[in-house]
Amino acid sequence: MTSENMADEYGRKWDRCLADTAVKTATGLGVGIVLSVLLFKRRMWPVSFGSGLGLGMGYSNCQHDFRSPYLIHGHTVKVNA
Amino acid sequence: MLGVCLRGAHATVRKNCVRSPLTPLQSYRCYSTSRSSGASRVVALGLVTVGGGVGGTLLYSKWDPKFRAAVEKNVPYSDWLLGLALGPAPEDARLPVRKQVELNQPPSMLDKPKTDPKAKSQKSVKEAAEASGPESSLVPPPPAQSIQDECKECHKHADVSETAAVASAEPLKERPVDEVTARLVQQDQEEEKLLASLSSRLEDSLASSAKATLQAIGAQEVALQAVTQHTRKLKDAMEAEAPSDEKSTQWKELEAALAERTAAVKDATTTLSKANEALEGLKSVINQAKGQKVAAARPLILAAEENLHQMVVDLDKVVSKVRSAESEAKVVSQYTELVNEAKQQFQREVSSLTPEIQANWKGLTGKLSVDDLNALIAHAHRRIDQLNRELAEQRVREQIHIEAALEQQKVEDHKVLDAAVTTAMGHVKEEARLNLEQKLAELREVMEAEMRTQLRRQAAAHTDHVRDVLKVQEQELRAEAEQVLNSKILDQETRYRQLTQEQLDNFTLDMNAAYARLKGIEEAIDSHAVAEETAREAHQLWLSVEALSYALKSAGADSPSMPLEDAAEAVRASCHDDFCSALASALPQESLQRGVYSEASLRARFNALRSLARRVALIDESRNSLYQYFLSYLQAALLFEDQQEAPPSQLSGADLDPFKLLSYASYCLEHGDLELAAKLVNQLRGEARRVVEDWLTEARLTLETRQVVSLLSAYANAAGLGTTQAP
Repeated sequence: MTSENMADEYGRKWDRCLADTAVKTATGLGVGIVLSVLLFKRRMWPVSFGSGLGLGMGYSNCQHDFRSPYLIHGHTVKVNA
Repeated sequence: MLGVCLRGAHATVRKNCVRSPLTPLQSYRCYSTSRSSGASRVVALGLVTVGGGVGGTLLYSKWDPKFRAAVEKNVPYSDWLLGLALGPAPEDARLPVRKQVELNQPPSMLDKPKTDPKAKSQKSVKEAAEASGPESSLVPPPPAQSIQDECKECHKHADVSETAAVASAEPLKERPVDEVTARLVQQDQEEEKLLASLSSRLEDSLASSAKATLQAIGAQEVALQAVTQHTRKLKDAMEAEAPSDEKSTQWKELEAALAERTAAVKDATTTLSKANEALEGLKSVINQAKGQKVAAARPLILAAEENLHQMVVDLDKVVSKVRSAESEAKVVSQYTELVNEAKQQFQREVSSLTPEIQANWKGLTGKLSVDDLNALIAHAHRRIDQLNRELAEQRVREQIHIEAALEQQKVEDHKVLDAAVTTAMGHVKEEARLNLEQKLAELREVMEAEMRTQLRRQAAAHTDHVRDVLKVQEQELRAEAEQVLNSKILDQETRYRQLTQEQLDNFTLDMNAAYARLKGIEEAIDSHAVAEETAREAHQLWLSVEALSYALKSAGADSPSMPLEDAAEAVRASCHDDFCSALASALPQESLQRGVYSEASLRARFNALRSLARRVALIDESRNSLYQYFLSYLQAALLFEDQQEAPPSQLSGADLDPFKLLSYASYCLEHGDLELAAKLVNQLRGEARRVVEDWLTEARLTLETRQVVSLLSAYANAAGLGTTQAP
């Protein structure tokens, strides 16, 4: 890899993360609003739930993205005995 | 509770403390009491042990000398002690005796084989000498003589060898062969001389005695002849009645014969005496020869003795003959004397009666007168009467006279018989002795012949043995001589080779020296050329390295330098050894293809990276949730460290904190030490490390390239320096 990738990667990750979180939060919010309007009689909890869901998903994705180099993927190897 | 415990602890401690000084005291007291008796006991025991050890060592060393020697060797003053206690070591007395015995043995043993071959060699040498034959006039007895001489020599040599064996202190050496032969020849010569002298003397005396005897015999014969002739003549003269002139001639002849006889008899006696002298001389010579006991002369002696005896016998015979003749002559002469006396008497009577008538009355028959005749007849009658009376008396006294005569004859016969018997006995004895001697000589010869055969056999066996021994010796000597010869030849050869080699070496040295100088000159020239070449190359290298380093400098602020491929290629081209080419090929590929960043750009980048690293300082494998991210961000915001801090020479554990590391690194970077900065940055862990990974690789690359380039330039400088010749 070339020179500034690692440092820029960090920034890029953050950009992605934030963007993704924002999108997910907004989406959750929207879905919440929609659901609250449609199904849940304009209560607050689907909205917060939806936004929370979206935020949480975004957070989780962000975390996962930041953790990605540290994640160890295991493989099962079948040995023919 | 605590106080109780403490009190309890104190109590126990106190108890322990109290007890602990007491018990050693108690035990000490016990030990002291037991020790005072125990000490003496121990001391006594120790003394007994030591004494026992010393005594045991003494006894055992007395019994075993090897042990004694070992002890003396290992323990310093033990030899003095042991010598004091036991006396000197016994082996020394034994060894010299043994050595002496050995010394005495080999000389005697050496003696025997030496004397045997010596005697044998001398015998063989003598045999050879005998075989080669010094000129000996005595041909018949040489074998016997040689054998006898050998025997004598053997005896002599046995004596000599015995004396040599006895006097073993003298070094034995074989008498030289020529000395031996000389001695043998000398001995032979002496014997021959002796023998020759003996034989010559014997011969001389024999010859002289023979001559004398012959002379004597001849003289005796002559005397005999003369005597017989004389007696015959006398007889004839007495008996024959011849006429007067014949008678006178007869008488003259008689006188001549008498004279002849006397002369012959005298001659005979002188010659007889001479012969006797000669015989005596011969006898003495024979006795002398016998006394000298030269064996070979014995037959000569024997012959001489026989001759002597023969001569003596002949002489005696002749002498007896002469004596008998003389006795006869004496008888006849007595008869003639008587007759003459009677005649004389008658003549006297007649003359007394008839004085006128002369002697020769037979012729005067006519001249006589009657008176004269009557007187004559009366005288004749008277004479006849007288004679008759005498005859009667004689007849009467005949017997007595005869007896007396017989006695006389007997006595004379006895005497003669005795003389004859003695002479005959002497002769017989002599003959017997001679026979005995002859027989002895024969026997001796037979014995000698037998001995000769035996000795011949022994000699044959001896020659065989000697031949074998000689063969063996010859082989040994030949081998030895060959060896000596070979070694000498080898020496000579080696010496010759050495000399030739030396010459060659000298020549080669000179040639080499000249060649070396030529070579040196050539080499100097070549080395000059080579040096120039290397200088040129070094210069080229230096130039290329300079180009490379210049290419390095071509890095911009944020862009890498130009690709170092060409410069590296140039360097590789101008490289002429492995080190340089290894270095040239050690340039990292990235630098060759892309180029490297400069230090300044890295520095600038680092500053940007620093804040980032600060921000993710807390993140690592275990802490990488977003919350941790938030916390690390908070930390970065809240923590203040020095912008630049000088790094210590040794990093401790506390220095591995990322913030500290970063400040150290920026300090290093600010001071131009990229290497140390990279090292420090290398110590970052976790996410911070991941973030600065790229920077680190870039820094590494730069550092590598720079290192290679600096090495190359150093090498080029060194090469250049090396090629320049110091004035």
